[in-house]
Amino acid sequence: MRRLWPMVRKEFIQMRRDRLTLGVMFGIPVVQLLMFGFAIQTDVRHIPTIVVDQSRTPESRDIVRALENTGNFRIVAYGNDRATLDDAIARGRAQAGIVVPSDYARNLGRGSTATFQVIIDASDPLSSQSALAAAAGVAQQRNLELLAAATGRTTLPLEPRVRPRYNPGLRSATYIVPGLIGLILTMTMVLITATAVVRERERGTLEQLIVTPITKTELMLGKIAPYVGVGLFQMTAVLLLGRFVFDIPYVGSLALLYAVSLLYIVASLSLGLFISTLVRTQQQAMQMSFFFMLPSILLSGFMFPRQAMPVAFQWISLLIPLTHFLKILRGILLKGVGAGPILPQILVLCGFAVALIGLAVRRFHKTLD
Amino acid sequence: MTDVAVDIRELTRRFGALTAVSRLTLAVQRGEVFGLLGPNGSGKTTTIRMLCGLLEPSAGDATVAGVDVRAAPERVKTQIGYMSQRFGLYEDLTVAENLEFYGGIYGLSGAAQRDRTGQVVAFLGIGGRLGQLAAELSGGWKQRLALGCALLHHPPVLFLDEPTAGVDPAARRNFWRAIHELSRGGTTVLVTTHYMDEAERCDRLGMMSLGHLIALGTPAQVAQQVGGKTLEDAFILLQEKDER
Repeated sequence: MRRLWPMVRKEFIQMRRDRLTLGVMFGIPVVQLLMFGFAIQTDVRHIPTIVVDQSRTPESRDIVRALENTGNFRIVAYGNDRATLDDAIARGRAQAGIVVPSDYARNLGRGSTATFQVIIDASDPLSSQSALAAAAGVAQQRNLELLAAATGRTTLPLEPRVRPRYNPGLRSATYIVPGLIGLILTMTMVLITATAVVRERERGTLEQLIVTPITKTELMLGKIAPYVGVGLFQMTAVLLLGRFVFDIPYVGSLALLYAVSLLYIVASLSLGLFISTLVRTQQQAMQMSFFFMLPSILLSGFMFPRQAMPVAFQWISLLIPLTHFLKILRGILLKGVGAGPILPQILVLCGFAVALIGLAVRRFHKTLD
Repeated sequence: MTDVAVDIRELTRRFGALTAVSRLTLAVQRGEVFGLLGPNGSGKTTTIRMLCGLLEPSAGDATVAGVDVRAAPERVKTQIGYMSQRFGLYEDLTVAENLEFYGGIYGLSGAAQRDRTGQVVAFLGIGGRLGQLAAELSGGWKQRLALGCALLHHPPVLFLDEPTAGVDPAARRNFWRAIHELSRGGTTVLVTTHYMDEAERCDRLGMMSLGHLIALGTPAQVAQQVGGKTLEDAFILLQEKDER
């Protein structure tokens, strides 16, 4: 192992000189965090809305205001007829339309069912969902008030008490940021090691290195050890930004988090090393890494809930290390659990790490062919 | 210890259907400068790579400094210095950093490493370039640095694969001066080359063609065996024959 230190030292010197890679390694966590933390909000609000109020009564204005007050609709225009509304939605100037028919106030006063229409551009289903829910909520609220007034009851017969635990504000950032640690580690650790080894092969420096008595273990460890440090740094950066920029309360044990993350980092680095043995060029290494990364992003539960996936995909997603690491991250950071409840996931990660190290060691040779 | 530094018997390497080196047999004496000569694709580089433990032989045996390359390729690596055709050092490290890295990889440390690095730097005259990035060096300096890194651990055998490709004549002359000095000190040198003037400087030559050894002996003997007045004639004859 005495040759490990010169190897690690060399990697650090090269890392320091390669400004671009350095920038990517340390820029990625920051940019991604800001991107995912600020830009990506799964609760869509303030949909541009056009209003066609054919009733033109205090009652009709009242219901429009109630809808606007939910925060889901932002009124951008008023129209006189349906054609104007259809046109605005078709052109994308508005994504929702509210139509209050001319008999609205009359029906309301008579006690028969008054209707208003909410039209939503559902070509983007994600953004239409919350608008639909808001519209239904407003109507429900109104119904209750009207019924209460009619029956003289001042209390409701039934009221659900929902307590959103661990993320009371239901903020996207709280959910996204812990997962982001997993995503960033996956992206950089796999890609960096895969290309780091292949780059040496492409430049011809690997040939010179493998005619020396350096052992296979020293060579592999020397290649991944520096990036363990990089991974821990990235993780710390995301944790700090999450805490101080996004105000996410971490309730669990950071020591446990770092210990388990180390396991994940080693597993990812081994995967990168394994990929490097399968490919010839840096470009291929990158393509293979992305081939692995896409399912990690889409199926792991980082953005889209796994419960919503067909059962077959839920099973497939179990083959992705990030799926398990995400549970650990959210478990420790948001729920504050100890090692006990996440033991199954930790064991699975151990399994991945051992298997991936094994694969890398088997495939990695000190010869040219 | 015998006086044979590199002993090759029936060494063969196949890549799929292609036989790159076919039943090569030859012995290089200790302290000898032995040149492998031949057109591109004649199997010189494959031979050297097998002797360095970079490629596994398909058949046959070889020992380098008494170590069997098939049985103990990793032990061979402690006995040899190697320079590949392509500059194989780190261009993003300085001259000093490359020397330090390879010294460390060859197991040197502390005062022993400092002393040895100092000797090599003085021997090759690269003291003035220590702080320069390898990428900024000209071909001749790169080649000296590569030789320096290959010498740090006092290897008894040196393998040089077209070491002077792309290097100017003055630098080549200096390089060969260093090679002969090493040889006088007992180092065995096995070198491949395209250049006839370099081939003439070798103690003995082996000429290869399409994976076979077709002539062996002093430069004059080899020229005669292949059927040319001079070595250059012989080489051109051979190249034309291969291309047909």
